[in-house]
Amino acid sequence: MTASAPLPAVPDPDFRRDLISPRDEEEMRARLSATWKEKSGFYGWLTSTNHKSIAKRYIVTAIIFFILGGLEAGMMRLQLSRPENHFVGPDLYNQIFTMHGSTMMFLFAVPVMEAVGLYLVPLMIGTRNVAFPRMNALGYWMYLFGGVLLYVAFFMNTGPDAGWFAYVPLAGPQYSPGKRMDIWAQMITFTEIAALIGAVEIITTIFKQRAPGMSLNRMPLFVWAELITSFMIIFALPAIVVSSTMLAADRLVDTHFFNPAEGGDAILWQHLFWFFGHPEVYIIFIPALGMVSSVVEAFTQRRIFGYPAMILSMVSTAFLGFGLWVHHMFATPLPQLGQSFFTAASAAISIPSGVQIFCWIATIWGGRPRFSTAFKFIIGFFFLFIIGGLTGVMIASIPYDLQVHDTFFVVAHFHYVLIGGAVFPLWAGFYYWFPKLSGRMLSERAGSWNFWLFFIGMNITFFPMHILGLLGMPRRVYTYLPEMGWGGLNALASFGAVFIVASVCVFLFNVWNSLRRGVPAGDNPWNAPTLEWATTSPPPSYGHLYIPVVEGRDPLWDAAPGELAVVTGLRTDRHEGLITSIMDAIPERRYEFKEPSILPLLLAVFGGGTIVIAIFSPWGVTVGAITSFIILAGWFWPTISPDHDTPVAREPL
Amino acid sequence: MMPARPRVPTRFASTLSACVVVAFVVGCSGWQSALDPKGPRADAVAKLHWSLVTVAAVVYVIVISALIYALWRGSRRELPDQAHIHRETPEQADTMKRGVVIAVAITAVVMLSFVFTSVSVGSSVARVDGNKPLRIDVVGHQWWWEVKYPDADPHNNFETANEIHVPVGRPVLIKMTAQDVIHSFWAPNIGGKKDLIPGHETVTWFRADSAGVYRGQCAEFCGHEHAKMAFFIVAEPRLEFESWLQKQRGEAPQPTDSLTQAGQKVFLSGPCVMCHTISGTPAAATAGPNLTHLASRRTIAAGTLPNNTGNLAGWILDPQTIKPGVKMPPNQLDPQSLRALLAYLESLK
Repeated sequence: MTASAPLPAVPDPDFRRDLISPRDEEEMRARLSATWKEKSGFYGWLTSTNHKSIAKRYIVTAIIFFILGGLEAGMMRLQLSRPENHFVGPDLYNQIFTMHGSTMMFLFAVPVMEAVGLYLVPLMIGTRNVAFPRMNALGYWMYLFGGVLLYVAFFMNTGPDAGWFAYVPLAGPQYSPGKRMDIWAQMITFTEIAALIGAVEIITTIFKQRAPGMSLNRMPLFVWAELITSFMIIFALPAIVVSSTMLAADRLVDTHFFNPAEGGDAILWQHLFWFFGHPEVYIIFIPALGMVSSVVEAFTQRRIFGYPAMILSMVSTAFLGFGLWVHHMFATPLPQLGQSFFTAASAAISIPSGVQIFCWIATIWGGRPRFSTAFKFIIGFFFLFIIGGLTGVMIASIPYDLQVHDTFFVVAHFHYVLIGGAVFPLWAGFYYWFPKLSGRMLSERAGSWNFWLFFIGMNITFFPMHILGLLGMPRRVYTYLPEMGWGGLNALASFGAVFIVASVCVFLFNVWNSLRRGVPAGDNPWNAPTLEWATTSPPPSYGHLYIPVVEGRDPLWDAAPGELAVVTGLRTDRHEGLITSIMDAIPERRYEFKEPSILPLLLAVFGGGTIVIAIFSPWGVTVGAITSFIILAGWFWPTISPDHDTPVAREPL
Repeated sequence: MMPARPRVPTRFASTLSACVVVAFVVGCSGWQSALDPKGPRADAVAKLHWSLVTVAAVVYVIVISALIYALWRGSRRELPDQAHIHRETPEQADTMKRGVVIAVAITAVVMLSFVFTSVSVGSSVARVDGNKPLRIDVVGHQWWWEVKYPDADPHNNFETANEIHVPVGRPVLIKMTAQDVIHSFWAPNIGGKKDLIPGHETVTWFRADSAGVYRGQCAEFCGHEHAKMAFFIVAEPRLEFESWLQKQRGEAPQPTDSLTQAGQKVFLSGPCVMCHTISGTPAAATAGPNLTHLASRRTIAAGTLPNNTGNLAGWILDPQTIKPGVKMPPNQLDPQSLRALLAYLESLK
């Protein structure tokens, strides 16, 4: 049987990978490599639309922003290490904490969670690329340009300084003159475009490109997590689109949405912002839950207990996440009875979180844990995240929150939640999937240092902040008076930051060193059950050599990779993929992915230019509309062969 | 054998932990601590705090113990049979299901009682406890607090700044708004915070149950000097409070000697009058704090510096070093004028 033989592109349970002769397999590999080869050189790099290349760039960029945000945190800790310190003044300090928050939320946490999804989801569900490859590239460029805009402005002393939450009227034209907050509003525009593109990519890819047989109830939990998160992005982001545009309009063209003197309202901003801002936390947290499930599964060698309960928990967390925003606003004049509903909703979220934690513990109880670095980070996740969750319940109480709201208690709380609940799982995921991405194992010894330094440093830094908050230390203060008695605990918190810096240095060294001389990983070093481990490490540009056919929830545990049923008959001379049905992943059509192109970069340059010009003049919108139209016309110009989208069953090749 | 070496980190660690303990003990009884309640609102929340911390600690210990047990049990069990390597046996599944269901049920019960407790504490602290509350109006400014004592007789109205005197044991009703950006009124020993929002009027109340000076601070980020926007609540026995009230209602004392007279002239002919009021003089601007009884206040620059001659002089000459970004401009004064001005300001008892 040759790969060019006309075969129906339908799964045939009897046609297994080991029935293909090595020669045919070699030929198949050669053809796919030729078709999916990424153009070399700088131009090739700029035009790439392969999800793996784009996602790797995304991840590296997000880690760079994580380091920048961490350096800002370090500067804050230096400044606060003793009372009346003069390391930085209020003007710079306010920029630094705004940059830290904005960077960590918009340029690190959300993008990195989507990026990991963009890399892994197509491999996990057995497809060759994401649904709209060019749009995916556009999303990355937009994200990159937004981040660069923010940092260029910061280095020119025009960094935003009204907080990552940009409360009006402080962020409005009267109290933040200059361009600092316009930079913030437009950075938001860039990142919201990128986030929405990522969400659309992930949803479409998951719904329409799963390998035959991977019905919804066979999807890995990580894929579920990315799917749920992407829906959250689509529902949450419009609130910030609207509010940041209203803020930009107030600042640029003198509208008065938020100006109380002209009938505007300052509280409106808070509703709109937190209607986005609170789901944002879950947009960061739910993919992390998916990572926890993947890692727990691999390192206990047990499928996750309570699969439907886990999915329902994530879905209900996502729904409840939209009903919590007022708990950021308990000190505003909203009626107490109304506020109480948000106490109840906030407390209710501990139930789905509890279900997941208990299911993981049950899985560990039944399995045989292997204490590698990835799994250590998961154990760290339990220790830290549960503290953050419990303090989260405490501050859901209105009277309690009125004492600790906007104090260091809250800073401690959400760092336990976000570092414990998102960064630790991310690190676990990194140690877990790095062999797949790079083909090499990370050092376990360096990994252990990485873990312990961070775990200890994180507790020394953030635990004292609980006490500082109760002792009356507000957030976002650039200094405090010696007689307040906060000096000792602040010095301790700053001391802990040294461990964190050391840990990140160990991590970077580990990555650098392992890339050069790490132990080769092999296809499936952890004996994990999901499809991304069925292909080589690192995966070739086309992902899987043969698109697998899925017959259960744990394909690689149910069958040896050689025994996987596969799809044949897809064309290898062009970028062809298989479209399957939403529920049961029954093959429907063959589909051609668009070729690499420079247009995404051009659109990002001109569209992004529009956004930047709009900081200074509303004419930017006009210019941008025309240039973007021209580029989009080129983008949508029909170039693909007319049969690129053909039903598979009726019209076999 | 190097007996001396290891001592350094040990000493450092013990110093550090001593610092922590001292800071915690000092802080708990501090003048801005939520855990050192001096009124019914803060008291209710401090009690709530300790009960929540207790429950949270118990929950934490239980869940973490379950995790550690699971890790311990899992890592020393023997390899299961082929069919159940990746999947639990039916008996295991039953145990797991029972465990998870019980744990979730307990979570739900704990959460329900939490919501009930929280709402009942919330509604009890929201209700003004006591009769005939004293009314005070507070207006937030970047970066100071304007405090007004309205009275049925308009002649008795007066304004002060950054220092709120209240009688012990009588509830105080505070109506608040902000002049520029959002601020938040918070004196932890007395009670929880409330935002001051331009275009909105917000109301809070508190009662101080023992005499003392309690520090408060703006809790909502409000720009450059958010860190240095403090105020004091001075809770006094009734008679002391009444006499303070009487004094504040009066106009500023007229200068009597030549030095203070010269000082008044410096004040009235200089840029001071562009922003400040001293009642009984032509100075009547409202951009900055009312200075009518400046000398009676404990601090200047919104709780930043003790109110003494040296600090006042430094503040007048170069406020931008003390509070960078503050709206008060630096002033150039020759030594004589400065001395006269200080003498005048310090006569404003």
